[in-house]
Amino acid sequence: MNNINDLPKKNPLSFQLNLKDFEKATDEEKAQQVRMSESVTFFKDGIRRLKRNRIAMACLWIIVAIAILVTIVPMVYPYTYEQQLGVAQGKRTDSSYNNLKPFEYGETELKRIESGEKIFPHIFGTDASGRDYAIRVIFGARISLLVGFFAAIIVLIIGVVYGSISGYFGGKTDLIMMRIVDIIYSLPDMLMIILLSVVLKEVLTPKIEGTSLAKMGTDMLSIFIVFALLYWVSMARLVRGQLLSIKQNEYVLAARSIGASPWRIIKKHLLPNSMSVIIISTALQIPSAIFTESFLSFLGLGVSIPMPSLGSLASDALSGIYSYPYRLIIPALFIWIIVLSFNLLGDGLRDAFDPKLKK
Amino acid sequence: MDSKLAIYIVKRMALAVVTIFLIITITFFAMHNIPGGPFLSEKAATPAVTKALEAKYGLDKPLSEQYTTYLKGVAKFDFGPSLKQRGREVSTVIMTGFKVSSKLGGTAALIGLSLGMFFGSLAAVFHNKAIDKIIMVISTAMVAMPSFIIATLLLLIFCVWTGIFPANGNEPGGLILPIISLSLYPMSYTVRLTRSSMLDVLSQDYIRTARAKGVKPSKVLFKHALRNAVTPVITYAGPLIAYIITGSLVVEKIFAVPGLGKEFVSSIFNRDYTLIMGTTIFLGALIIVMMLVTDIMYKVFDPRIQLG
Repeated sequence: MNNINDLPKKNPLSFQLNLKDFEKATDEEKAQQVRMSESVTFFKDGIRRLKRNRIAMACLWIIVAIAILVTIVPMVYPYTYEQQLGVAQGKRTDSSYNNLKPFEYGETELKRIESGEKIFPHIFGTDASGRDYAIRVIFGARISLLVGFFAAIIVLIIGVVYGSISGYFGGKTDLIMMRIVDIIYSLPDMLMIILLSVVLKEVLTPKIEGTSLAKMGTDMLSIFIVFALLYWVSMARLVRGQLLSIKQNEYVLAARSIGASPWRIIKKHLLPNSMSVIIISTALQIPSAIFTESFLSFLGLGVSIPMPSLGSLASDALSGIYSYPYRLIIPALFIWIIVLSFNLLGDGLRDAFDPKLKK
Repeated sequence: MDSKLAIYIVKRMALAVVTIFLIITITFFAMHNIPGGPFLSEKAATPAVTKALEAKYGLDKPLSEQYTTYLKGVAKFDFGPSLKQRGREVSTVIMTGFKVSSKLGGTAALIGLSLGMFFGSLAAVFHNKAIDKIIMVISTAMVAMPSFIIATLLLLIFCVWTGIFPANGNEPGGLILPIISLSLYPMSYTVRLTRSSMLDVLSQDYIRTARAKGVKPSKVLFKHALRNAVTPVITYAGPLIAYIITGSLVVEKIFAVPGLGKEFVSSIFNRDYTLIMGTTIFLGALIIVMMLVTDIMYKVFDPRIQLG
């Protein structure tokens, strides 16, 4: 059918098909059908927007760099965080290792250097017990990050489960569950944490002796327990609020009418649609957990000796502030950079994933 | 006052009472779960002494009776004697410490809120100008600093390196640094809150109308804009008090201020259980009452807020 004009003229009253409607598409017309851009899911869209946010990406890279640093360095570093360099078996304690300034060496080390041996320098010197300070700071940062992540995960799991049940079932269940949340929410968290860490320390110490948990320390455990008890409430509130509005949608009704179980509806329909809120609030939970942990460690309620944490390092440095101010500045700087990076990344995530802010 | 608001206030107060009651209960039972009991941490106690102490503090009675006795005591602001500070009542220790702490915390809160609102409005008025950017960078950096970092760095700079201020809170002028350390974080937070709500308000129609009418710019800013922009700041007043109370724990420790915070921290180290209990309940109740006042004020000040 190369030339359409050759066809006989159609009678306007006839039911005969108009052949002009059945022409082959030209290349030009075909080109119009090609999709101009990939269809983007909500996630891809959010991540694309996050990537465009330079500050948030820089913070993400800083966090990744610190995470890699604190994982790898303790493995290859020649000193450990608990090793007192002046203490060797069968010898008198060599106090020349205590309170070394950065890049100074102990007496025996100096002798070994003279004999041509190469010794890894103490980049930040040593502390009052002759422990290499650099590795203690790095290990402290590791503890802080771990506490942040695990606390956020605990809060995420409990908050999402509780919030989903309350939001999905609604009615009386919701009312009772939310009253409980209200009460926990209005408890002063810091005071309760301090109280519980004091008590848990006394109660748990004899119970976990000898188990692998003992190494972690009761204080660390009590931080996690307290997070599990108190900090999930804001997450539960958020998830519930989201679910309450999302469950009004027709697709939820459709799923219910074909007999999907509540669990399936929550898992497949409701939670994926409230993901943005969950991501943002989890990201912002991490710095707040790090804040709390460093605060407790500073008060002497955090990790147990000899394990360092950034808070306890800063607290220990306070007594020698006149002679060794850098011992305070280094951990302080670390906490600040970590919390700042998480805060800014959280802000970036909120800008990228909050549909309400979409332009 | 309409009935809806009255119902809200009653509900909110009931919640506060329940929470305070819960704090007392948690504190009481937590402390009683400590091996050996709260009153008997003395190491070299003979059985006879233990018995006598138990009888003295009523520890030989059933737990439920002890609990009601303690509740009655708390209602009368009587937390029993301090374990480690011989001859002093816990309530006396709390009141003495609170006199110092309330001065410190109140000043810090006032400075933080007022300067925060000032710089926040300044940043909003000069939106996207250099001054706005400087204020935002500083406040973002400050919000990421825990109170003990701010306090120790200030100590380092002003006491150790330059010696401008005394490091001891007892000396004249010694409260200046603790006040600054406590107010910097709330200030930065208030700056961010005020700025964003101010930006929101400044783009409203009625501001444009006021300007078009020829109202003086300062009047537009203070009478029309700021009054409407402060509502989110009011909501922050409750958490602010909570922050200052917990912050004062470390700040008072660092600067050796003889306040309630320092008293609380040392009671944790000394295992002075009655003092820990008393202080936790006192500070907890204080925070909850402040939150209650904040929430009610918020609803009263801004009738647009939906009551939930």
